Amino acid sequence: MRSAVALFLVLAALWLLNSGHYGPLMLFFCVGSCLFVVVLSRRMGVADEEGMPVHLALRAAAYLPWLLKEIVVSNIDVAKRVLRPGKLRISPRIIETPTTQHSDLGRVIFANSITLTPGTISIQVRGSHITVHALADEVADGLLGGEMDRRVTRLEGPAR
Amino acid sequence: MAPQLAVILLWAFLVAGSIFLLIGGIGLLRMPDFYSRIHPAGITDTLGAWLVLIGLMFASASWLVTVKLVMLLIFLFITSPLSSHALAKAAYLRGLRPMLGHQLEREAADD
Amino acid sequence: MMGAFAAATAALLVCMAMTLVRSILGPTVFDRVLAVNSFGTKTVLLIAVYGFLSGRPEFLDLALVYALMNFIGTIAVMKFTRFNDLAGMEENDEEVY
Repeated sequence: MRSAVALFLVLAALWLLNSGHYGPLMLFFCVGSCLFVVVLSRRMGVADEEGMPVHLALRAAAYLPWLLKEIVVSNIDVAKRVLRPGKLRISPRIIETPTTQHSDLGRVIFANSITLTPGTISIQVRGSHITVHALADEVADGLLGGEMDRRVTRLEGPAR
Repeated sequence: MAPQLAVILLWAFLVAGSIFLLIGGIGLLRMPDFYSRIHPAGITDTLGAWLVLIGLMFASASWLVTVKLVMLLIFLFITSPLSSHALAKAAYLRGLRPMLGHQLEREAADD
Repeated sequence: MMGAFAAATAALLVCMAMTLVRSILGPTVFDRVLAVNSFGTKTVLLIAVYGFLSGRPEFLDLALVYALMNFIGTIAVMKFTRFNDLAGMEENDEEVY
């Protein structure tokens, strides 16, 4: 139920911000269409904790700044490798990184974080391992060090 | 915010964003194989696009425009890793094998 | 202020030209789709920046719609190259390849 309410609020906010018209008829349309979409999502079974992870909001506020910092650092690293004149300083590797998350949502967040940081791309999630393409040895070792994995597991919270 | 400061920030963010966009473009041309080309494309999608969009926020006249820029930002944040991953996985399952480090060294030795 | 928009527009156009070169060179179909996807992201930015350059920030609505279409388009093309079918199911992928 909490997810459905959150979905309704997000949809209504999107509608109101994008329309710019606030007459009574338009507001009626807004509420009507948002309710319709919420009912459809509930019937499809996507308005659940996985689709609207509101319970993560607080811990995500702690994770996002670290992720953004990580993205900026790895962007600069890859940019340096691209701009280096002469032979490219890359040695691509395929690695299997273990995951310690207990839910699919946690693994999706981890795989997406890997892809968001340039230098590493998640190719495949299989069981509790993610196949990753890394641009260089140092980048691969950084990921295998497991700090991102630990932080995503902390973001995910205790198993229920 | 003082107007001069907004203009300075606008210039700074737009120029920095443009530089990262260009680096992404150069990388897309320079990298040796498909998988290594996804990384510079990621630079364009993340830092390049974000810096340009944040820069535009300093020039927006009304808060509705700012909100739309934030929406674009969030949308790019969510979709760019998804499409990169879809591409990589499709290529991997189709049997396209990445060029690995030792192959690159062998090629360099052949030259 | 207009100078900043003009500079960003020029950088974007140069960058889009480079992406086009990659999409023409290939060599695999995935390189081309990657280039087209990247081209789409830059188009979104170009629409946004050009909206400010011409003093019409309403262009941002177009940019939002274009971002949505670009994402859906990439996913659709990838699904098609993987299953030769837009209705392919995720469960089948181990069996197909």
